[in-house]
Amino acid sequence: MTLQTLSRPATEAAPASVPAPARGGRPRRAARVARHLVRRPGLLLAVAVLLLVAAWAVLPQAFTAQDPLGGVPADRLQPPSGAHWFGTDHLGRDVYARVVHGASLTLRTTALAVVVGLVVGSLLGLLAGFLRGWVDDVIGRLVDVLLAIPSILLSLAIITALGFGPVKVAIAVGIGSVATFARVMRAEVLRVSTSVYVEAARASGLRWPAVLGRHVLPNSSGPVLALVALDFGTAVLAVSALSFLGYGTPPPAPEWGALVSGGRDYLATAWWLTTLPGLVIVAVVLAANRVSRALEKTGEDQ
Amino acid sequence: MTRYVLRRAGQGVFVLWAAFTVAFFVLYLLPSDPAALIASGGGEVSQVDPAQLAALRAEYGLDRPILVQYGDALLSALRGDFGASYVSGASATSTVAQALPETLKLTGAALVVAVLGGTAVAVASVFPRARFLRQALSAVPPLGVALPTFFVGLVLLQWFSFRVPVFPAIGNEGAISLVLPTITLAVPAGAQLAQILSRSLRGTLGEPYVETAWAKGASRTRVHLAHALRNAAIPAFTVLGVMEGGLLGGAVVTETVFSRQGLGRLTVQSVNQQDVPVVLAVVVFSALVFVVVSLVVDLVYPLLDPRIQVRAETRPSRSRRAGAVTA
Repeated sequence: MTLQTLSRPATEAAPASVPAPARGGRPRRAARVARHLVRRPGLLLAVAVLLLVAAWAVLPQAFTAQDPLGGVPADRLQPPSGAHWFGTDHLGRDVYARVVHGASLTLRTTALAVVVGLVVGSLLGLLAGFLRGWVDDVIGRLVDVLLAIPSILLSLAIITALGFGPVKVAIAVGIGSVATFARVMRAEVLRVSTSVYVEAARASGLRWPAVLGRHVLPNSSGPVLALVALDFGTAVLAVSALSFLGYGTPPPAPEWGALVSGGRDYLATAWWLTTLPGLVIVAVVLAANRVSRALEKTGEDQ
Repeated sequence: MTRYVLRRAGQGVFVLWAAFTVAFFVLYLLPSDPAALIASGGGEVSQVDPAQLAALRAEYGLDRPILVQYGDALLSALRGDFGASYVSGASATSTVAQALPETLKLTGAALVVAVLGGTAVAVASVFPRARFLRQALSAVPPLGVALPTFFVGLVLLQWFSFRVPVFPAIGNEGAISLVLPTITLAVPAGAQLAQILSRSLRGTLGEPYVETAWAKGASRTRVHLAHALRNAAIPAFTVLGVMEGGLLGGAVVTETVFSRQGLGRLTVQSVNQQDVPVVLAVVVFSALVFVVVSLVVDLVYPLLDPRIQVRAETRPSRSRRAGAVTA
């Protein structure tokens, strides 16, 4: 039993469980992904929804010529029609244009929230799983406590201290999801770092930082990636709930939650003001959850 | 058993202390000036006389080092005193205690509806013989999880208060005003439970003892309800504590949508007015509800499932985080 035989699994086992072996080449991989998607119409639809909404966020002008902020008072409270897909609100503003332009506000806040949760949570999980001992104990307890406080209350406490605004909402929502990321990351690091190839890499003299970068992080990324997609959906819900309560960008900015909230006074007469923007939120969350499930499955299959 | 109960209670106390600590440092360490908040009385923070600010800091003890403030606040909190509301000047504890019953009524009702509804949906998604029916019903829980609470509430209001005026749109009057908020709040919780339970049911239905039940000629209903569900349900109910916590959080939005008085509305008002002591009390009280529900679930759990043994006597130390109960 020499080091050479030990180090062999390190080079063989690692690429096998990395999601995408680079050796297959890009075109073949793209073809495989395409085949995978065509066989699952639901997943295809989910990806399409996410791409569409991302396109709204990047280039809203390409999807609507209407002004999201200035309305035509003569056209106020019109039901959905060919000219106004989602109808118009009490100031005669086109609701579809507002939803399209609001995408960048809501998605930017959501993305920032996911990044906060991912970075802080993964870091905590990594430290706990890697250093073990009392660090693991302390972080484990912290995570337990964060899970015991309902995440929206934790977010609201942070907003109380920080004040209102999209960045603050993003931080508040992100902190709310730190615990889940920390848990998954810790479990993954523990799983990977007890595996034979990591042991082998250590035995063949690789330093810890290199082991971390080359073996542990790539191999624990699968479940974390699935969690990112899932957390994206949850964060859209949390961000729009906080924006519904009025803690996001102040009006007249068309943040999605605020759009739904703005329709509250017209529930009896103008159903489209709340229902259509609400359905857009539902579609995005459903799509994110579907993609997350698919990512989880690919991870399990491998 | 006594040792097990004591240890679970001890863990509950620890969670409460830690929730208090986390909330305290979030609220008092982040950049905001409580004295300016008090001086403005919940309105806009504007130019306030520096001398007045200093006097307020001294009065509320905000000029002392943060750790001294923390120790002091913790000792008061142990006596049930969370300080005075910056806005009304009333005790934060009594403000929260007044709002709590309405919300406990709402979340309690929602918990019952969520458990019944979630169980029904989960069973329905494995029971039918037709494959397409099972698939269609399996899509219900993921849909329920994706629905924003405020959206569900507003759509229900639209249909059942305005189009067809069956239920009142706002207020706390009578049991009938509780119907729509309860459903609104129960949707995400029930969907979550249904997801866990249907996964658990699918696992259970593949087990050998279910095979045996089929072989002995038990009816489809009997196999599903008497054999599979009984075993599948037990692990699913461990999430009740987390669910109750989630319901308290959901009450923030639900009570706003339906203009009900309660803990959720109080939270929104206090956040709007940056009323730090009340927010702190809200967080600790909801952690308390979570701890109590989890404790009750943990104590009832071994009674429901005779296979589970309380391990406190045999394995004293290493099972802390995993929870003491193992199958």
